[in-house]
Amino acid sequence: MSRLITRRNFLRSSAVAGSGLILAGCDQFNFLGDKTNSVRHVMEQANVLTYNVQRTLIGDQVLAREYSASEIRQGQRPNGSTDPSTPEYMFLKMQNFEPYRLTIKGMVEREVSFSLAELRNMPMRSQITRHDCVEGWSCIAKWTGTPLGPVLDMAGVKPQARFCVYHCYDNIQRTLSGDILYYESSDLVDAYHPQTILSYGLNDQVLPVSNGAPIRLRIERALGYKQPKYLHTIELVDDLTPFGKGKGGYWPDQGYDWYGGI
Amino acid sequence: MSEANELPPGKGPLIYRQSIWTRVTHWTWAICLFFLLLTGLQIFNAHPALYIGQQSGFEFENAILEIGAVNTDAGPRGQTTIFGNSFDSTALGLGLSGTPERPTFTAFPGSVTIPGYRDLGTGRVVHFFFGWIFVATIMIWFVASFINGHIRRDIVPRPSDIAGVPRDIADHATLRFHHGRSYGPLQKLAYFGVFFILFPLIVLTGLTMSPGMDAAWPWLLDLFGGRQTARTIHFITMALLLGFFLIHIIMVLAAGPINELRSMITGWYRASPGTPTAEGDRP
Repeated sequence: MSRLITRRNFLRSSAVAGSGLILAGCDQFNFLGDKTNSVRHVMEQANVLTYNVQRTLIGDQVLAREYSASEIRQGQRPNGSTDPSTPEYMFLKMQNFEPYRLTIKGMVEREVSFSLAELRNMPMRSQITRHDCVEGWSCIAKWTGTPLGPVLDMAGVKPQARFCVYHCYDNIQRTLSGDILYYESSDLVDAYHPQTILSYGLNDQVLPVSNGAPIRLRIERALGYKQPKYLHTIELVDDLTPFGKGKGGYWPDQGYDWYGGI
Repeated sequence: MSEANELPPGKGPLIYRQSIWTRVTHWTWAICLFFLLLTGLQIFNAHPALYIGQQSGFEFENAILEIGAVNTDAGPRGQTTIFGNSFDSTALGLGLSGTPERPTFTAFPGSVTIPGYRDLGTGRVVHFFFGWIFVATIMIWFVASFINGHIRRDIVPRPSDIAGVPRDIADHATLRFHHGRSYGPLQKLAYFGVFFILFPLIVLTGLTMSPGMDAAWPWLLDLFGGRQTARTIHFITMALLLGFFLIHIIMVLAAGPINELRSMITGWYRASPGTPTAEGDRP
């Protein structure tokens, strides 16, 4: 009998000691938050693996699921920048975006730019899709716009181009040394995907400022941070390192995975 | 009189019970699940609510769990809401943790997240790294354990195991453990549940949260009832695995931690006295 009690006491004290070890252990892994750490660099290779596996698995043309109109049960939740305060954007907003132009430049045969009216007169596509935020929430909405692929073809993408860099008007972060402007990038598979649109309509209304007016890119097989708002220039490049901190986007520069398909 | 009291005195044979595949995958999983749990809680903290359906309701209600903080007359308090029932969770560190001078408003406290401060990007990097290793280890285990007979011998319960469950429950309740050549009925059922239900479930619900995977395998959304339901199931499966881990540790301690640990390190396991010996056993 005494042996049983001893064992029980042993169990109890072991459980307490064990949980204490786990609780004490966590700050020891804070070094993984350091973006220059070599262990972190190794771990980041898992994101490269994810990108390559998903690119192999999915195929270039496979669509993200589209939902029925009855699934639109709420407005599209705005997140991140919702009202940019750069002078360029505030001027455009004051002018009801009349002077707005979308520019395609970089590794293209000819630099082109389009007004909002020209973009709205191009072939359009509407899709009811699910917006998945990296934080974990989702929201279903109807997006209307012109597919990006044919627009890129009007500029003539040069063979050596590998990525699209999407430049935006919004000052996502304001620092003492000036505004940090939002930018993102994608490979050409995502840029030419049939559901990748330059959206100007949301839930059958004109795209509101809080959701990225006048033009927001939609890359439906990726997370929300790959859907840049307030887009003004698309630059075709073969290298992402010259932009921002060199990781291919504002959030990738903050330590998020560049691909964003997971 | 019970069988345990009639066993002959002395030691049972030392049997080679755990193959190298079982041992290596076991410890790899232990490391993976540690990091996956603590980075998973970090990721959960970015949006500390769980929902049922395709989308999270902001203008309608479909949350089944919310962890947050509320202001009261006595200052901020942690509040957890499950199926619409709210309770003060400050004492658990849920919603509010830290000291009154320096409160932290995260769902799960920094003491159980990696990193110990809010950093969703890093949490995801570490989570996906160990996610890949976890999945690779599962695949290695299934192939090896199918070939060497571990699944057939030790994991899949037979009719006799099912019939032996009541007896095994009684034995566990009185801390009488049989150290046999194979696993006992409850052990088989527990491991079967982990390998054939919880592990596939947590991997597939994890994949359902990836918009890229939802395009590749749209049946994932139908199987789990939407991205948000999958996220909820992922969380519940985590809690079940955590429960398994705690019982697992308690059982190891109760059944003789030295013998159990030795078998998971060297493969050699001391069976109960009276266990029939076989070729290859050591005295």
